[in-house]
Amino acid sequence: MKAKRPMIYTGGGVVLGGAAEELARLVRLLGFPCTNTLMGLGAFPATDRQFLGMLGMHGTYEANMAMQHCDVLLAIGARFDDRVIGNPKHFFAEPRTIIHVDIDPSSISKRVKVDIPIVGNVRDVLRDLIRHLDAAKEQPDREALKTWWTQIELWRSRDCLKYDRASAIIKPQYVIEKLYEVTKGEAFVTSDVGQHQMWAAQFYKFDKPRRWINSGGLGTMGFGLPAAMGVQLAHPGAAVACVTGEASVQMCIQELSTCKQYRLPIKVVNLNNKYMGMVRQWQEFFHGNRYAESYMDALPDFVKLAESYGHTGMKIEKPADVEPALKEAFARKDELVFMDFITDQTENVFPMVPGGKGLSEMILV
Amino acid sequence: MRHIISVLLENEAGALSRVAGLFSARGYNIESLTVAPTEDSTLSRMTVVTVGSDEVIEQITKQLNKLIDVVKVIDLSDGDHIERELMLVKVRAVGKDREEMKRMADIFRGRIIDVTDKDYTIELTGTGSKLDAFLKALDRGAILETVRTGASGIGRGERVLRV
Repeated sequence: MKAKRPMIYTGGGVVLGGAAEELARLVRLLGFPCTNTLMGLGAFPATDRQFLGMLGMHGTYEANMAMQHCDVLLAIGARFDDRVIGNPKHFFAEPRTIIHVDIDPSSISKRVKVDIPIVGNVRDVLRDLIRHLDAAKEQPDREALKTWWTQIELWRSRDCLKYDRASAIIKPQYVIEKLYEVTKGEAFVTSDVGQHQMWAAQFYKFDKPRRWINSGGLGTMGFGLPAAMGVQLAHPGAAVACVTGEASVQMCIQELSTCKQYRLPIKVVNLNNKYMGMVRQWQEFFHGNRYAESYMDALPDFVKLAESYGHTGMKIEKPADVEPALKEAFARKDELVFMDFITDQTENVFPMVPGGKGLSEMILV
Repeated sequence: MRHIISVLLENEAGALSRVAGLFSARGYNIESLTVAPTEDSTLSRMTVVTVGSDEVIEQITKQLNKLIDVVKVIDLSDGDHIERELMLVKVRAVGKDREEMKRMADIFRGRIIDVTDKDYTIELTGTGSKLDAFLKALDRGAILETVRTGASGIGRGERVLRV
């Protein structure tokens, strides 16, 4: 309550523990800013003003800056992964009190030293917290909070996710934005690993938990399509989008056959830049543009491939065709539609905290 | 810091490899590791000697506790405890060395458990440092072979590790 610059950081634990409702109540009750990890997206509504976006290596400027400069950090169901806090030494250069709620004692004080550990089921802990807060006389320091929010809005106004909207080539970010609009934010979205995954996490605003299905720290290319199949089987009528890349999707491409057999009308959003984009990005930033083994000169014709499995294939090459294609695909409720979006080969994911650097040392657009 | 960690675990195939796998996957040191069934044949007792900072030891005990096969874990070095290790040493024993080796074994309260006309096999029990001291006291060239069990430990007095 005495915190001047509080911050709430939550991870996949809140989703797994079914505590999204409690989290939203707590965040609104306190009026603090909130950020989610990659695995925690959807635990707090992404369209809420109190949400700062995802944090970490490809997190937003405002989330990472607030994380670095807060004086009290409430971490819930999260594990301070290296993709989340960057260099722990740099993170520790700023003094702050850390409160960590987690069901697994081994997650506490593993990578950063925690001041107040709370071991327990997230939902139970949050309910208790809310009960205590309701009964407490003390209120958060509204004056300090106002100053803190002014600072955060300043960071937010940096508009760290901006990209060239006038581009004549399809920007991958644009595809995800349109996917969000066309599905009204209601789709279940699975992804593989790479740039497409980060763009999906940044640009699809998840308001509900368990809508974003991702292998997170396991980093498994090839996860997206089979995961989408599972989701579609569990929710037969729902819109399920597999956001993937031309490299990832080929890891389990044979599942298109299973999709046919079980009539799973998944919508595959293939962001095709003919590169293992994230590898290419690292090679560009950190290895002097030496693009070794990250380019794809031998890609199949995905439209024909999808058709050969008995599905519908679409190739989209112009920005103006993105929205109509998505609309058409999602209107075909009983078919698997494979959308091959030919996107800008040179696009990079920003912001980026380079490996080994601190959270506030981001590369920005 | 050197720590001696005692673990009760299911006496089942694969339990040992889970523990060993945890240590190797996470890069923790193992100085020694001993394991054998207890009076309850469904349980094994393991003693792990490891070296690490307080944070590392905290993680080791937490991670051990997460393994399904592990029933209980204590860090014996947290309190009073007794530690023993058994060593068998085969030494060359010819000529005047024969008498000398017998005397050394007596001084360290070792026992000669096998004899030929050329060598003795000496059994010695104690803390690791006592065994080290014995080996140091011998002429290096006289040592033909050593085998050590690694430390076993138990809490002093009423400090008991059981289910």
